[in-house]
Amino acid sequence: MSGLELFNVFILVFLVVAAVIALRVKDLLIASVVFGIYSFLMCLLWAEMGAVDVAFTEAAVGAGVSAVFLIATVFNVKRDSSD
Amino acid sequence: MRKLAVAVVVLTGGLLLYAATDFAAWGDPESPASDSDVSKHFIAETGVDTEVPNMVTAVLADYRGFDTMFETVVIFIAGIAILAILKLTGKDATKTPGKRKDEVDDAPDLIVTHTVRLLVPIIQLFAFYVLAHGHVSPGGGFQGGVIMGASFILVALAWDLPRAMDRLSVDRAILLAGVGILIYAGIGLLAMFLGGEFLDYAELSTIFPVSREMARYHAMLGVEIGVAFTVTTVMFAIYASLSSKGRLEGGL
Repeated sequence: MSGLELFNVFILVFLVVAAVIALRVKDLLIASVVFGIYSFLMCLLWAEMGAVDVAFTEAAVGAGVSAVFLIATVFNVKRDSSD
Repeated sequence: MRKLAVAVVVLTGGLLLYAATDFAAWGDPESPASDSDVSKHFIAETGVDTEVPNMVTAVLADYRGFDTMFETVVIFIAGIAILAILKLTGKDATKTPGKRKDEVDDAPDLIVTHTVRLLVPIIQLFAFYVLAHGHVSPGGGFQGGVIMGASFILVALAWDLPRAMDRLSVDRAILLAGVGILIYAGIGLLAMFLGGEFLDYAELSTIFPVSREMARYHAMLGVEIGVAFTVTTVMFAIYASLSSKGRLEGGL
């Protein structure tokens, strides 16, 4: 397996792990931060596939601003998820 | 019931994975997306038609300009909707603006505020760079606008919301969001009045001393500026509304 493929597998595994953690964890603040990590991994994947414009948008919107929005919201609601 | 739900999820996931094996391999030149006449036309003609090196921006802002214009409108409507909903449902919060248990009274942290003071000009300069180079390198109005909006959010995070609202109040933000859409639609309408179709930027060459290709090149920057206006202001308005339960005062 070449280095690039290994990198892809590494990102994909972490992507699934981050997605599962974001869904399973009780504390919504942790879920928001892990969701930001998920977005950043997606951004790496887009960049690696050559879709730099999409990667840029994902980094700015997904990993940056929407994570801030989620955290701002979590501070104003009950922090623990009921399910 | 729970077991049934898991079974459905696993089954659907398996089905999707099975369907994904039918996709063309990554970078396959024979794939239907690469092999279509539309792709070939864009790859061959974009540089000739518009002189824009970044094909993605040319497709977004020129060939599919109508689509991008209403994407901007969607962002504008989303911002207004969030403001309106939180203003209505946040009324109870106005009566009892009591402190949360994790709220602190301290003044803004010295290290944080000084770092932000240094960072914000650089972030804003980078936002302008991303915006202005949208048709040369990756970037454009959406990304530049989000980065610009993030710089205002950073000020609100480091100090508090009123300090950020001194620089960009939410009323002004919504006004500027509308101005952004007007810039976009105005360029399109101008092209229409000059005898072309809506958003047919090439017609602008009749009033500006540039070739038809360069008119499209520069008009793309124009509409990207419109998009950046809307995205910057809506991002800040959404943050201001979300972080204060629609009260638009106090810190996070």
